[in-house]
Amino acid sequence: MSFERFVQSALSSWMNEDGPDTDIVLSSRVRLARNFKDFTFPTVFSDKEGQEVIELIKKEFVGKKISDCGQLELLEMDSLEPLQKRVLVEKHLISPNLASDSSFGACLLSDNEKVSIMINEEDHIRIQCLAPGLQLTEVLQMANHIDDLVEETVDYAYDEERGYLTSCPTNVGTGLRASVMMHLPGLVLTQQLNQIIPAMNQLGLVVRGTYGEGSEALGNIFQISNQITLGKSEKDIVNDLTSVVQQIIAQERSARNALAKTSHIQLEDRIYRSFGTLINARIIESKEAATCISDVRLGIDLGYIDSISKTILNELMILTQPGFLQKYAGGPLQAYERDIRRASLIRERLKLEKNENS
Amino acid sequence: MPATLHFTKFINGEKNEIHICEKCAQEMGEVYINQAGQGFSFNNLLSGLLNIEPIFQSSTASAKPKTEELRCKRCNLSFKEFVHVGKFGCEDCYKTFDNQLNPILKRVHSGNTAHIGKIPSRMGDTIHLRKQVAQLKEVLKDLIEKEEFEKAAEIRDEIRSLEKQNDHHVDGGPQS
Repeated sequence: MSFERFVQSALSSWMNEDGPDTDIVLSSRVRLARNFKDFTFPTVFSDKEGQEVIELIKKEFVGKKISDCGQLELLEMDSLEPLQKRVLVEKHLISPNLASDSSFGACLLSDNEKVSIMINEEDHIRIQCLAPGLQLTEVLQMANHIDDLVEETVDYAYDEERGYLTSCPTNVGTGLRASVMMHLPGLVLTQQLNQIIPAMNQLGLVVRGTYGEGSEALGNIFQISNQITLGKSEKDIVNDLTSVVQQIIAQERSARNALAKTSHIQLEDRIYRSFGTLINARIIESKEAATCISDVRLGIDLGYIDSISKTILNELMILTQPGFLQKYAGGPLQAYERDIRRASLIRERLKLEKNENS
Repeated sequence: MPATLHFTKFINGEKNEIHICEKCAQEMGEVYINQAGQGFSFNNLLSGLLNIEPIFQSSTASAKPKTEELRCKRCNLSFKEFVHVGKFGCEDCYKTFDNQLNPILKRVHSGNTAHIGKIPSRMGDTIHLRKQVAQLKEVLKDLIEKEEFEKAAEIRDEIRSLEKQNDHHVDGGPQS
């Protein structure tokens, strides 16, 4: 079954690739929201229209090869179980909104999972492209290329003055949301992030948790994105976000260095305690697991720990989410059962990793 | 807690700038904070902003029902429903609610109301032609005012030829 292909591994293959500044920026994402001219928007469209949008996409794009990302495969939300959809959300391949609220929702995923085109979410299509590290310009190029391919066959809802017309006026104009996932333990520990967030808001940027709007920042991972989509060009939006992210990277690095200098023993103690918890705990809640994974990741970046790789931590961040835990258990689990399974999964993966490295 | 929300209220023409933190905003009921308390939901924020639109605060009793009763002919969405869900139903809504849109867009997009980014390639020619025609019409106006009728006639002919090209595009030139 095609769905299984995309969830066999918790980590998309591109997450193992190297990229610029991957010690702090986990990934870059660009999303373009587009609607088709001859249909009402998904928030109000009829079943017939919803079906027609999917058929139109199917006809033109299923099996299509996208540059070096491989072929596109269609997953229709109606044919998936809630747990299966949850797993796709945990991998960041689809949005929580597409998983739970869409009618005639679907997504086209490329072989390497760098491209995900969501269909009938809030807008007819949302072209999403991902890459490791800070590579917003590159992912914008990829998204633009796909956008041009779609526009060869479909007329978009577009207005000369307002630009690309979207369901929500917060996306109108470019329809572009560019975002980065950043690991910021230094700024959190030195309590600088509280001052940085309002400054970013002033610049028209938004700081959110790991899974987007309304989600919690698990394990010091924050998603930073542009709020303004109108009155600025795509290039300017991406360049402005990139330059702010570069400043945050510099601040995070200097916070880490300051901590390592002034509180070396306390920091080392914290990192090794967290490492000890991950290796030994029998019951661990997702929040504690995320905090410990963040500490160990920092330990690797600072050179304290070299027996495990960051790849395994990226994988554990996703593997220890409720959806994946239940997928591996083969069915629903109570919260306390999940905490036990999470702990044993982490122990197994880290032991495996240590054996491979020894 | 530092101020993270900055917006301007106009009530009966009186300008009032507000700078508040999430906690105060919640207490004042100016905007809705999402349940997770992790910043603002765009849609809720939009609904919050819409609720303080001057049209809802207007002293003229007739203005409010008039705006609320506005309805999109294509998708049947009313302005009241749009305020409630924060989403339009179709592209025509942008025209139907055009008069209400600018204050909303200005607030959400830092004062911007016009797109300056990408143009879909197949529409590009038409848009470019239209912009050229608009520019030439300004030139024509100038020339007529200066009573330079010979030049004006040349420009007029150029405008007519461009408008013909434009009609060809709209009637299905390169579009399929």
